[in-house]
Amino acid sequence: MDKHYLSVLVANHAGVLARISSLFCQRGFNIDSLTVSATDNPEISRITIVTTGDEASFRQLRKQTEKLIETKALFPLNLRTSLLRELLLIKLRSNPAVKEKIAEVAKKYNASIIDVSVGCMVLELTGEPERVDDFLAGLDGLEIVEMCRTGVTAMERGEVTYLLGV
Amino acid sequence: MLLTGADIIAEVLIEQGVDTVFGYPGGSVLNIYDALYQYSDKITHYMSAHEQGAAHAADGYARLTGKTGVVISTSGPGATNLVTGIATAYMDSVPLVAITGNVPTSLIGRDSFQEVYIAGITMPITKHNFTVRSVEELADTLRAAFKIAAEGRPGPVLIDVPKDVTINKAEFENKPVEVINAEDKRLKHLEKVADLINASRFPVVYFGGGVRISGAEEELYELLHKAQIPATYTMMAAGVLGYGDELNMGLVGMHGSRTANLAVDNADLVLAIGTRFSDRVALNPNKFARRARIVHIDIDPSEIGKNVPADTSIIGDVKKVLFSLLPMVQKAEHTEWIEQINQWKEKDYKPKDNDEVLKPHQIMSAICDLAGEDAVFVTDVGQHQMWAAQYIRHIKTRSFLTSGGLGTMGYGYGAALGAAVADGGKRPIIHITGDGSFHMNMNEACTAVSYNLPVITVIMNNSVLGMVRQWQKTFYGKRYSSSEPERKTNYKAVAEGFGLTGFKCHNLAEFKDALGKALELKAPVWIECVIDREEAVLPMIPAGGSVDDMIIN
Repeated sequence: MDKHYLSVLVANHAGVLARISSLFCQRGFNIDSLTVSATDNPEISRITIVTTGDEASFRQLRKQTEKLIETKALFPLNLRTSLLRELLLIKLRSNPAVKEKIAEVAKKYNASIIDVSVGCMVLELTGEPERVDDFLAGLDGLEIVEMCRTGVTAMERGEVTYLLGV
Repeated sequence: MLLTGADIIAEVLIEQGVDTVFGYPGGSVLNIYDALYQYSDKITHYMSAHEQGAAHAADGYARLTGKTGVVISTSGPGATNLVTGIATAYMDSVPLVAITGNVPTSLIGRDSFQEVYIAGITMPITKHNFTVRSVEELADTLRAAFKIAAEGRPGPVLIDVPKDVTINKAEFENKPVEVINAEDKRLKHLEKVADLINASRFPVVYFGGGVRISGAEEELYELLHKAQIPATYTMMAAGVLGYGDELNMGLVGMHGSRTANLAVDNADLVLAIGTRFSDRVALNPNKFARRARIVHIDIDPSEIGKNVPADTSIIGDVKKVLFSLLPMVQKAEHTEWIEQINQWKEKDYKPKDNDEVLKPHQIMSAICDLAGEDAVFVTDVGQHQMWAAQYIRHIKTRSFLTSGGLGTMGYGYGAALGAAVADGGKRPIIHITGDGSFHMNMNEACTAVSYNLPVITVIMNNSVLGMVRQWQKTFYGKRYSSSEPERKTNYKAVAEGFGLTGFKCHNLAEFKDALGKALELKAPVWIECVIDREEAVLPMIPAGGSVDDMIIN
């Protein structure tokens, strides 16, 4: 079972996200993450989908998504030629005993401490999904109060190679 | 000119060549119905007993003519009553435009009276749907709906129109209708497929509704006869290849002929044309055509490899593909293979005649004899549907209207009425149903009477839910759970109550007599046929099985 990354450019209509998530739910495709982003074209949104499954089911997912009237372009992202980023916000339990450890971890992974409140701290980290995974694995006993990851947003390096369909 | 939204709807319908619509009025569509009143010289509206019947009527109209069917309903329950009809059309790729009213935009999202989020509800059962938020976008949205419904692989499109949009005014100008041509892209893999056909020794063509939708009946015939390829079909393609054609092996799949299933099983090449390897055909996707290379030809790329992997595929309009393929296919005889198939054919399941009691196959045969080659057959869902698919001598394309994909009990009467409207009294319209299915939508009898639509309904009454009961008998130890309702419906009396003619028959002579009279009446008629509850649909391959598991008796 491989992870697949898919970029879908869709008409920026009300309901388009519902249509895509309804399709995935209906056809039983597993979604690891799905992000919707504004683009330079106000009529177009970019949806980045991360999914786990075999090649055949990924092919079906692509073809079914392509059939949606609001899909203007769709392409799988090649990991070597694409830039993938994810944003993490994480709130850690802090007290004098662990304060320094938190600062150390933050420094090691280049995360920013964006809030310090009584009893907890919030860190922000932007990076490739693997780096976010590594960061979380490196917390080593620190207590997570709450966290959220945005899911992956991505674009390919170099010139634009896709064509927006009508 | 400045027109109200309701007038714009009427104008666009006319612009799109629509002269017939089906539907049911209500609060949110009062303005639309007011416009239909004004435009009644150009658009005829047929009102059903229930919105579901109207949706099936628009579907039947579309299947018979190939034109896009139109159905209108009010908001809330009117819209939800369309849902089964829309899903039926979606599963069988029927072009349909459903226009639903909704509460005024100012009331949307407030749980207003008769408000429902029909766009959300129908998302997975439409090709696309629209909510029109202002009268300015109404005309182009309607045009887009007609285009989407008909182009490529057809399907239903829903447009939800809030009531204020139908009152508000906007500038309207007629636009020429966009001509939909099959995409003119270069077809890939033609040579490879031709080579496979030319090299094959035991080829089989397995075709589906896509051949009919694309109008490729002649091209298919040419291909089969040029290369002498035996063919089998799905229910959606009944009539595409004539009943008497020597290359016709009959239906494939669960209730298909033994010959057809054996041929697919033993073939070295299976050409799947305009079809989708449904679980009623490729019952076990791992064993279907297990000795064959599979070539899949379809207009919808997402069908390739969805259920059964193809070795080669051509994506495109079936008519164009076959037209391009034909010159590359060599003449062939396949004598040995045809001989084998003819031997199998001799051993195909043949039910025994009986003149004392009514036998399903004899009913079908009598219908064909009396109604003639011109007849249109419409079915509901269940045993009677399978008997109709198996024993009607299908000879004309677009003349067997049945809910294949969704299997909608209650489809038949509405669809038959839609077909009768489309046909205008030229061809006999025979609606074949069972007592189970008919109880779902027999209320449409009032519609048949209102418009004097000469639909002849043949009710195969075995007093039980035959197909459910057959499965319970075969797979559930004869535990007939909720399949023997012991209803006492007097069909003749109910028919007369609705204002139409009813007959009841117990044997073939009585049935022939009743059908003969019904055909002369040129009016809606019900004919009840009493049949034995033990009558089964045979042969049968159980779900998930293969030809090795076929039940013959």
